[in-house]
Amino acid sequence: MAEQNSHYYVPAQSPWPIVGAIGFFLVAVGAGNLVAQLSQTGEAGWGRFILLVGFIILLVMMFGWFKDQISESRAGLHNAQLGVSYRQGMSWFIFSEVMFFAAFFGALFYARMISVPWLGGASNNAMTAEVLWPSFEAIWPLTTTPGGTTTQAMGYWGLPLINTIILLTSSITIHFAHTGLEANKRKQLTLMLGLTILLGMSFLVLQVEEYIHAYQDLGLKLDSGVYGNTFFLLTGFHGMHVTLGTLFLIVIFFRVLAGHFSPDNHFAFQSASWYWHFVDVVWLCLFVFVYII
Amino acid sequence: MNTLTETASHDTEHHHGPAKGIKRWIFTTNHKDIGTLYLWFAFIMFLVGGAMAMVIRAELFQPGLQIVEPHFFNQMTTVHGLIMVFGAVMPAFTGMANWMIPMMIGAPDMALPRMNNLSFWILPFAFLILLASLFVEGGGPAFGWTFYAPLSTTYSGDSTALFVFAVHIMGISSIMGAINVIVTIWNMRAPGMTWMKMPLFVWTWFITAYLLIAVMPVLAGAVTMVLTDKYFGTSFFNAAGGGDPVMFQHIFWFFGHPEVYIMILPAFGIISTIVPTFSRKPLFGYPSMVYATASIAFLSFIVWAHHMFTTGMPVFAELFFMYCTMLISVPTGVKVFNWVATMWRGALSFEVPMLFSIAFIVLFTLGGFSGLMLAITPVDFQYHDTYFVVAHFHYVLVTGAIFSLIAATYYWLPKWTGVMYDIGLAKLHFWCSLISVNVLFFPMHFVGLAGMPRRIPDYSIQFANWNQLISLGGFAFGLSQLIFLALVIKACRKQGEPVPAKVWDGAHGLEWEVASPAPYHTFTTPPEIK
Ligand code: HEM
Ligand SMILES: [Cu+2]
Repeated sequence: MAEQNSHYYVPAQSPWPIVGAIGFFLVAVGAGNLVAQLSQTGEAGWGRFILLVGFIILLVMMFGWFKDQISESRAGLHNAQLGVSYRQGMSWFIFSEVMFFAAFFGALFYARMISVPWLGGASNNAMTAEVLWPSFEAIWPLTTTPGGTTTQAMGYWGLPLINTIILLTSSITIHFAHTGLEANKRKQLTLMLGLTILLGMSFLVLQVEEYIHAYQDLGLKLDSGVYGNTFFLLTGFHGMHVTLGTLFLIVIFFRVLAGHFSPDNHFAFQSASWYWHFVDVVWLCLFVFVYII
Repeated sequence: MNTLTETASHDTEHHHGPAKGIKRWIFTTNHKDIGTLYLWFAFIMFLVGGAMAMVIRAELFQPGLQIVEPHFFNQMTTVHGLIMVFGAVMPAFTGMANWMIPMMIGAPDMALPRMNNLSFWILPFAFLILLASLFVEGGGPAFGWTFYAPLSTTYSGDSTALFVFAVHIMGISSIMGAINVIVTIWNMRAPGMTWMKMPLFVWTWFITAYLLIAVMPVLAGAVTMVLTDKYFGTSFFNAAGGGDPVMFQHIFWFFGHPEVYIMILPAFGIISTIVPTFSRKPLFGYPSMVYATASIAFLSFIVWAHHMFTTGMPVFAELFFMYCTMLISVPTGVKVFNWVATMWRGALSFEVPMLFSIAFIVLFTLGGFSGLMLAITPVDFQYHDTYFVVAHFHYVLVTGAIFSLIAATYYWLPKWTGVMYDIGLAKLHFWCSLISVNVLFFPMHFVGLAGMPRRIPDYSIQFANWNQLISLGGFAFGLSQLIFLALVIKACRKQGEPVPAKVWDGAHGLEWEVASPAPYHTFTTPPEIK
């Protein structure tokens, strides 16, 4: 640490954070209004416009913020210490994302191992089962809820398995993109990065297919009881993260084409690749706990 | 505090003084500016939340329904709790962290200054949404700060979606703030500032920041599930769909118990800084303080279900959570012991920060004792959801967290403003607060043990006398804080004697080596650590 400290870099004032704050504000107000309106009247009111404006502002904010950041970085204003700060910041951000997924995995485990068995009379709940839903059978996947909603379970064979293979492969390709960057083999970098993006997109397309299959053929819906809830929220939030990760990679791709990044200075690339590996690991957990077991 | 000094250090060409006018505050990337913003925001929220507490106490002055509708009463208890936790205590500690951590470790600023600005500025918007939701048709959140399902799902109003998104923003703010603290401490320490030389305030905040990034996302998960259960037909917390309302409590308290330590660990750091200064002795048992903080943080993850003893968990779980909870009092005891041992045979003097710190030690410990009583499962069956719990958590939070924040303000305010505040007013503030806070919260133990339930706008006639006293204590405590407000405003306007760099003769630490008021940029070149 000692040597780098002699020249600290303290960034100048920036308008982007406050723009972002306004964006967050509009998104929250818009979404809050939209959700409430939809459930009351079945129609979207003014909230959706505010939501849209909020999203646009957030996009503008990200664009502007990163643009400033990139030009400062390329002007050589950043130093090694700042690079370490960025890397550490990104890793702990990913850790917080892990905890977000942990909440939903926790809900899944609780439903499977506690609430569903208890509703079926396990532990000391024989009377509960007898009084509430005597005919309820505690099985997992929960294809018939105590309230009587029925659905079919999603198998792991087919689309989910293909998607697993796709994501695993994409983790390998992003790794080779990284080694390419470090060895200054730009061609390998571009090719492997491009491949990763294509794999990410195909994953998303197949996931949409899978959702259509779930809704149309299996009757597996967001409101099909706790099995459907955990299925859709876990895979849905994961899908959102894949979408973000893919967008992130696309931006990186264009920066690579523009000649950005050097073998020893590529924080943005590295964080995109960390993010991608994280999304991948989450999927592996999903595949095991949501689909297979 | 907009008259803060303009004396920037001109030793490097890049650095300027603060920008002029409002732009300085909106666009700022300076840790001191952002700290000031956080502190003022927290103070304003403290007064807003306090006003709601006054409504609650006015309604409870007499049995029967007198002043507000029960539904409005519920909104007041809910929003009071949310504001005090997320709007007052947490931002105030973050403000302290922003101001002090870089100075204490010899860094020029926080590691990620722009993100720092963003994490502050989204907060006022979150609370704007929360407060605005009180005016939505059907009213604001009325399900308690703990928003248990099904109160927050099946039985809640239309403003619930706004509540959910407001909490999301608060969470994002806390997570960004915590990441900043973590990275700053890992990466920005001046050469020679080794881990075991770090001031305890830095250590406790470091550990707190880890608690934050571990549990705030879980809170986000909890509100998200409430949102989908209420609006999108999921049944996480609905038995008919295979879920369980008790699952909500597990998820919430997995966040909630570490959250209470988020609100007290930095307070421990503050007390561990102030007590040695006015005892003129080094802190007793510094390493054990660090280890105790870390053990408390670890244990705080495996005690959450002590909030749920009456939900009918299996006996094994009741016992497990009971013993783990009691275990926490061991490291907590280590801390209290060390503070007392620091004072033992010290050359004590009783400046205002020390007065508040001593009050903290005594009264926080009292709150810890009532916590121990609550931790005993069979006993909690009686105490749960009574005013005894309210007494417990107000002792640890008001005479704990809030007193430590007041102590910290009295300790560092001269460093921030460059002038000594009005000591007479400060002493008045202390004695008024100390007496009224006990009149306010101590009798809650009695009515709680006698069975008065919490969060109900009416009560049985036999509790009337104590409740009148409690309300009087409440009004007095509320008014006493206006003294504090006046004092702080005066100090920010630089009315007072100028102070030297080292304001307190027994103080140690880098923050006392820079001028008072602290220049806009400190430590642009790393200091020498002895
Ligand atoms: C020795 C340490 C502590 C123990 C053994 C302890 C134990 C407990 C128990 C068992 C409860 C649940 C009571 C019930 O609902 O029936 C409780 C509630 C609570 N405690 Fe503590 N506690 C301790 C320290 C703290 C600290 C340091 C804080 C915060 C700074 C805190 C804040 C709270 C809050 C806010 C509640 C009430 C939450 C609610 O239901 O609204 N406690 N405590
Ligand atoms: Cu607790």
